Amino acid sequence: MKVINKNQFIITYFNLYGVKLVTQSTQEESLLNRYGKTLRTDRWWFEPLLVGIGLFLFIMYSTVSAAILGNYWSYEIGPYLSPFFEPLFYTDVIPKWVSPAIFILWAPLSFRMTCYYYRRAYYRSYFLSPPACAVREPANSYAGESTVPLIVQNIHRFAMYGALIFVPILWNGAIRSFYWEGEIGIGVGSLILTLNAFLLSGYTLGCHSFRHLVGGGLNSFTGSKYQVIRKKVWDMVSSLNAHHKKWAWSSLIIVGFSDLYVHMVAAEWIVDFNTWGSFF
Amino acid sequence: MTDFEIEEHEYDVLVIGAGGAGLRAAIESMALGCKTAVVCKSLFGKAHTVMAEGGMAAAMGNVYSEDNWKVHFRDTMRGGKMLNNWRMAQIHAQEAPDRVLELEEYGALFDRTEDGLILQRDFGGHKYARLAHVGDSTGLEMIRTEQQKAASLGVKVFAECTINRLILDKESNSISGAIGYWREKGNLILFKAKSIILATGGLGKMYAITSNSWEGTGDGHAMAMMAGAEMVDMEFVQFHPTGMVWPPSVKGILVTEGVRGDGGTLRNSTQERFMFNYIPEMFAAETASSEEEADAWYDDHNLGRRTPDLLPRDEVARAINSEVKAGRGSPHGGVFLDIATRRSSEYIQKRLPSMYHQFMQLAGVDITSEPMEVGPTCHYAMGGIKVDAETEASSVSGLFAAGEVAGGLHGANRLGGNSLSDLVVFGRRAGKGAAEFAKGKNEFSTIDKEFIDTTINNMMKPFENEGGQNPYAIHKELQDSMQSLAGIIRTEDELIQMLNKIGELKEKMKTVSVDGNRWFNPGWHLALDLEFMIANAECLVRAAIERKESRGGHTRDDYPNTSPELSKVNFILKQIDDEIQVEAKPLDEMPEELKQLFEDN
Amino acid sequence: MPIVELKVWRGGDDGEYQTFHVEYDEGEVILDVVHRLQSTQAQDLAVRWNCKAGKCGSCSAEVNGKPSLMCMTRMINFTSGDVIAISPMKTFPLIKDLVTDVAWNYENARKVPHFKPKERDADGKHRMMQIDIERGQEFHQCIECYLCQNVCHVIRDHPENKENFVGPRFFIQMAQVNMHPLESVSQKPDALEGYGLDYCNITKCCTDVCPAGIKITDNAIIPLKERLIDDKFDPLRWLGRKIKIGNSK
Ligand SMILES: Cc1cc2nc3c(=O)[nH]c(=O)nc-3n(C[C@H](O)[C@H](O)[C@H](O)COP(=O)(O)OP(=O)(O)OC[C@H]3O[C@@H](n4cnc5c(N)ncnc54)[C@H](O)[C@@H]3O)c2cc1C
Ligand code: SF4
Ligand code: SF4
Ligand code: FES
Ligand code: FES
Repeated sequence: MKVINKNQFIITYFNLYGVKLVTQSTQEESLLNRYGKTLRTDRWWFEPLLVGIGLFLFIMYSTVSAAILGNYWSYEIGPYLSPFFEPLFYTDVIPKWVSPAIFILWAPLSFRMTCYYYRRAYYRSYFLSPPACAVREPANSYAGESTVPLIVQNIHRFAMYGALIFVPILWNGAIRSFYWEGEIGIGVGSLILTLNAFLLSGYTLGCHSFRHLVGGGLNSFTGSKYQVIRKKVWDMVSSLNAHHKKWAWSSLIIVGFSDLYVHMVAAEWIVDFNTWGSFF
Repeated sequence: MTDFEIEEHEYDVLVIGAGGAGLRAAIESMALGCKTAVVCKSLFGKAHTVMAEGGMAAAMGNVYSEDNWKVHFRDTMRGGKMLNNWRMAQIHAQEAPDRVLELEEYGALFDRTEDGLILQRDFGGHKYARLAHVGDSTGLEMIRTEQQKAASLGVKVFAECTINRLILDKESNSISGAIGYWREKGNLILFKAKSIILATGGLGKMYAITSNSWEGTGDGHAMAMMAGAEMVDMEFVQFHPTGMVWPPSVKGILVTEGVRGDGGTLRNSTQERFMFNYIPEMFAAETASSEEEADAWYDDHNLGRRTPDLLPRDEVARAINSEVKAGRGSPHGGVFLDIATRRSSEYIQKRLPSMYHQFMQLAGVDITSEPMEVGPTCHYAMGGIKVDAETEASSVSGLFAAGEVAGGLHGANRLGGNSLSDLVVFGRRAGKGAAEFAKGKNEFSTIDKEFIDTTINNMMKPFENEGGQNPYAIHKELQDSMQSLAGIIRTEDELIQMLNKIGELKEKMKTVSVDGNRWFNPGWHLALDLEFMIANAECLVRAAIERKESRGGHTRDDYPNTSPELSKVNFILKQIDDEIQVEAKPLDEMPEELKQLFEDN
Repeated sequence: MPIVELKVWRGGDDGEYQTFHVEYDEGEVILDVVHRLQSTQAQDLAVRWNCKAGKCGSCSAEVNGKPSLMCMTRMINFTSGDVIAISPMKTFPLIKDLVTDVAWNYENARKVPHFKPKERDADGKHRMMQIDIERGQEFHQCIECYLCQNVCHVIRDHPENKENFVGPRFFIQMAQVNMHPLESVSQKPDALEGYGLDYCNITKCCTDVCPAGIKITDNAIIPLKERLIDDKFDPLRWLGRKIKIGNSK
């Protein structure tokens, strides 16, 4: 509890939404009116806060990097292409102030926005619905995803179809990064892009909708050979799915980092260790 | 009438108890078109049955095709030391497989064999692997399945409502209803019913170390006896060999026999598998004499004889008791139950998930790497209301009984897994019997107003006795004295001491007093249940004094052997003018073809 | 023996927290301490329990604000002198002390679809493979403690939703029927509608508190939502059904 008193910032963060934190002095009070906002005495606010800040940072970074700066800093250097821009879609028809990333980003964006895990994360951190378990939700009424606008979340299925296409595309980018000016090689950048493709695959293939598609809709896995195979695939997807949250975060961080890395190399802020020597 | 308001209801069939037996009875009676209600003390679905772990015995022959009802019948009778009602044992063995399939039909998901049939596991006293199960939460499966079935049929449920007395129609001497109270507000409730089924479960709460919950106060036993029903075999209480012994707060909580069924073994402080030293003559021919043989048997029952770890419960409980007495016990006064060195961690977690969690969370013991500490705990009442084998009718017209509250099926000792099957086999029959009885009756019998008044006065008395005895203290006194004077090993002296103690407790009960008001008041509830517990304790002790021999769940230090004369009788108890009378009654004669089953091998 | 300070809610809606000092032993659980309190200082303290081993789901309450089973909350997690607040479940109407009126749950149990099996095989038995029933067996572990119902913000903070929302416990029951390998009836396209699946915003508190360890959100709610999407939001499947090729399951 002491931590809260010291850290004015956290209190302000929740007060923004009208949630009063239970502090030492008010705890007695809220006990007396049975529950108050919550009777929890642990640091329940820590996870939503961390998640809230994390998502915020990513959104800020990606907007600035991909949409605003877009063409104004280079997203490609040597064999490396930032995953925000993969596959590169570029024509002279569109003006230079429009970033090519926006032709691509809508797909992963809608996928992540409607992802069951991220929904949970931002419902908790931003909508405070609820901020944490057994902590009172500030809103006065609630209809969940049953009405407009949140009913839109049901498009996740289709966003997933779209996202699946990106799995081979990003692998393609990763493989390309081992090949430059006719020479096969390897660099820190190629490793990062490969890791990016790997984590993104784990995230995408562990998707709840994908899990449903491959086997979740069946009630029996033993009727035919085909069902037996689907069970095997379903099992694999299920084991990815059990850690969907970890895949979600690691793939998010790596995609941002890959982008940053490419920019930094392109801007000559850092040097990429690789077998080709310099790209310049 | 007194000035208390009474809520009244009329039902063709009233089922008291919502455990496996009560629910199956209600489903049957409802399906036969009778207006049916179920009453229970706890919330719906929390009855004892929910705690049953290991499985339900039924000779389905899915694992060993040699198995059939005759083998099951023979096992049951031998386990019960031949005191069982043979006809009940026969019906039970014959009908159990159908009842298991029926549960599946209601939605139960039993573990499967490779061919997709219901898997069966080994248990003490059963010749073949016979227990249909769901991991180690079979009772949960049974009660939930029946509960959902009953809900879909529209059976009316009165939950958290305790019946305090059965009401007799004085003229016809038959059941006319029951009176009780809502736990929530303490308001009174009266049921008029054409027939009543008692399915109130066990009475283990009179002991200090017990696997029974607060509900196990034997209300049904006592109420039936007060209404004039005959009771049978009340001296036989089963002490389950493996209850938890540590930490103190969980003392008595059950460790399923499935642990041994799935390969676990008992060891003493010298790591010896001591059960090999306790094989009784009756079972010597079919019990392994060496560890190798026992271990081979687990893999294939044709490769050796069964392990002595799986002898009937009375044998194992006594053996543990002797080991502890001889100073070879575990640090907290039990023995070791070891599955960790014998089975893989994965196997244990898959087969015994709730045991794994129970020990992990309550004792901080990881059973996949350490042995458990176990000791005997009061578990099951073999004795109960004497019923007709076909219809479960008691000696009181219109009163039926099924499940643990009924006596006869298990004789002197119950085999593990025979209870869950008992519940559904005889629950169904009781439902049918009661429904047919109700259909034969056009009108409700009259309710004795005077009796109602005395009952209500009796119920309200604890509020009037100010500054009297604390019900919790009386309960503790009863438990402690039963544990030490009428527990697993008994002697004449101690039983008589106990009888005197019961007299004292009855006196104390006259001035029992409770705080607060009728609004959800556990102190008051306990005060009312105490009357039943004391009545049952008296039955138990009186019958135990008469049975001057050791047999099954009843072990007498002063008569360590079985007596040939007593092997031919059951003790019947009956309350006549407030006195409990004991009478020896010869067993029913078994037909020739069944007798033969015991001669062949 | 060490001593803890218990703040226990006493009375009905107009009650209050009362403070008691109670002895305890390290090996005990909260329920033992409450029982000690009951037999020594507060005879008429209302509390539900049955099994004392996490099997019956009777002893649900909120311990320091966390929905939990009192019989599975060990005293070893506390030290002498700690203050422990024990309150009844918030979502259900209070009866007295730690006991709430959970009747709403039993009404829902009657509301959700019930199981209707296929015909038996010729030999009178049903055949199902272990791998086919494992999904259902997870759901059958539910001990009906209603902690998930209690913690779910859809009804905890918005009681008006109780009419349209059966709650996580009954989503499990729907899933167990809907995914049963022998189920014959309830797989009709509209079998999942009208129970409030779309009110759940998958924030997973139900999974967090479930003492039976059931992955309620991942294994029951989301798969059901997906099955509902098959029926309601997937135009390809809708077209398929219209022209009767294939089936949604
Ligand atoms: C921990 C444990 C494990 C077990 N494991 C197994 C096993 O593996 N296999 C096996 O075969 N057996 C097992 N048993 C035994 C078996 O579970 C019980 O014998 C059986 O469940 C009893 O069922 P029942 O229907 O007779 O009564 P219960 O399930 O005990 O139900 C009694 C019902 O009666 C109600 N009731 C009681 N008194 C009143 C009253 N005065 N007014 C209104 N209602 C009342 C109660 O509320 C309850 O609903 C086990 C028992 C325990 C305790
Ligand atoms: S995941 Fe859904 S059902 Fe579970 S608590 Fe959250 S909103 Fe309620
Ligand atoms: S699903 Fe879990 S939390 Fe919900 S009632 Fe069942 S056991 Fe309790
Ligand atoms: S659920 Fe997270 S990606 Fe589909
Ligand atoms: S008492 Fe049964 S779950 Fe706690």
